[in-house]
Amino acid sequence: MAVSDHDPARRAAEHAARQSYGRLVAYLVRSWRDVAAVEDALGEAFARALETWPVTGVPDHPDAWLLVAARRRLTDASRSSKVRSDGLRSLLVTTPDHPEDIAVLPDKRLELMFACAHPAIDTTMHAPLMLQTVLGLSAERIASSFLVSPDTMGRRLSRAKSRIRDIGLGFQLPEIEDLPQRSASVSEAIYAAYGQGWDSIASDDATRRGLSQEAIWLATVLVHAAPQDAEAHGLLSLMLYCQSRIAARRVDGRYVPFADQDTKRWDGPMIAAAEQMLGNAGRLQSPGRFQLEAAIQSAMVQSRRTGQDMRQPLVALHTGLLHFAPTIGNRVGYAVALAGAQGPAQGLSVLDSMADERVAAYQPYWAARAHLLQLRDGQTPLTDAALRKAVGLTEDPAVRAHLQISLAKGLD
Amino acid sequence: MQYMMMFYETETECAKRESPTEAGAYWGAWNAYIGAMYEAGIVVKGDGLLPPSAATTVRLANGERQVQDGPVAATKEQLGGYFVIDVPDLDAALAWAARSPNLTDGSTELRPVLPPLQS
Repeated sequence: MAVSDHDPARRAAEHAARQSYGRLVAYLVRSWRDVAAVEDALGEAFARALETWPVTGVPDHPDAWLLVAARRRLTDASRSSKVRSDGLRSLLVTTPDHPEDIAVLPDKRLELMFACAHPAIDTTMHAPLMLQTVLGLSAERIASSFLVSPDTMGRRLSRAKSRIRDIGLGFQLPEIEDLPQRSASVSEAIYAAYGQGWDSIASDDATRRGLSQEAIWLATVLVHAAPQDAEAHGLLSLMLYCQSRIAARRVDGRYVPFADQDTKRWDGPMIAAAEQMLGNAGRLQSPGRFQLEAAIQSAMVQSRRTGQDMRQPLVALHTGLLHFAPTIGNRVGYAVALAGAQGPAQGLSVLDSMADERVAAYQPYWAARAHLLQLRDGQTPLTDAALRKAVGLTEDPAVRAHLQISLAKGLD
Repeated sequence: MQYMMMFYETETECAKRESPTEAGAYWGAWNAYIGAMYEAGIVVKGDGLLPPSAATTVRLANGERQVQDGPVAATKEQLGGYFVIDVPDLDAALAWAARSPNLTDGSTELRPVLPPLQS
């Protein structure tokens, strides 16, 4: 079909796709409970819109039009196959027949996110499911970020959706007593979507994985839908801090570590938004790992901007973070913070205490180790060995080049 | 499970091997990468290869043997080396492939090694 990009019908459909895809999925799936069928029906509705709207004009309420069209597909399919009559009954009761009857589509995306991050669903699929159902990303797009092939991701997604359907997962908000734990799963999944670079905040290596913007959208949806969830604010704040430094982290293709970044290249308004988000979280008086990570970012930004000595507060924040989330990445971060306040020997003894097979192929551990060895002993063979290991485990070419420069200095 | 990792390089990337300014970083990155794989105990076998200009290709065309200079096909990316690794699954193999230095502007292909035939 030859439709130009300037075609208003196409633009309206695309606008609706971006703005409302998740809302439409969330709304329909509550009664239909078959995510894949809902997505197929919506896909056809979008395709119909692209065919029809250039002729009939864009309807007053595009979302409602799409909803009714998708609903018609679902009910037709169901009548012909005589299955899922429960879904059909429920759908007929919950959605009006005519687009005009739907003034505002209620936002049920939070319910959808809770279903995607349900404990009955494989944890590794929480983030991909959200990215697909809430934001409408293709399996192909999601696959590379999670380092699997498009085919594999497609199969895993469709298996997860079949499971959601087969186990009869409800699309409701969790009971109040389950809420904190269930919200935490949603936040964790969004954090996973932001990318594994996050493990290495200490080295400010949070780039690479291509879905950071999408993860920020998800967190924005979460904050909007669950304004009382302090960790949701913390998570969004954390991601905004990290995102605000993108331009400073790469200059002419070179990687620039946090301590050397030109603060004028930081995105000021985004940092202000992150600060405000962290303030909102604090007022809810329910601390957690994401708020602490955001607070660490805040302290680091402040020390660079004002020259204020934040080394002791950073140790305290990292200690608090370990209390909530004793991950390998957070222990490495703690070691680096401790070294900053008390000297490299203290940091190295923390790193020594965690040396086992879990850190063997963990790049941030070796990068931190090389850095602290260099501070304590200068460029010894031990320093070089750690540096070389970090180089060998690095994915990002710019970070690799940066580490190689340190390595070359020692060999001169 | 054994996978063969095939490292494909562009001509520009391959030329760094001989460049006075870039050879150090080129070999340093490969040595560190290969060293990390050996330390992880996953290497079955592996080698770097001389550039495609050193390749010779043999084929039969209409029953006639033809020997030509150069690789099978003149593509933008050429095989620069290979490693066979033994890892639990594709996810683990992909994690190692994602670190290969040729990814700057090349690509790395993973192929499961055919298991020994049952006799």
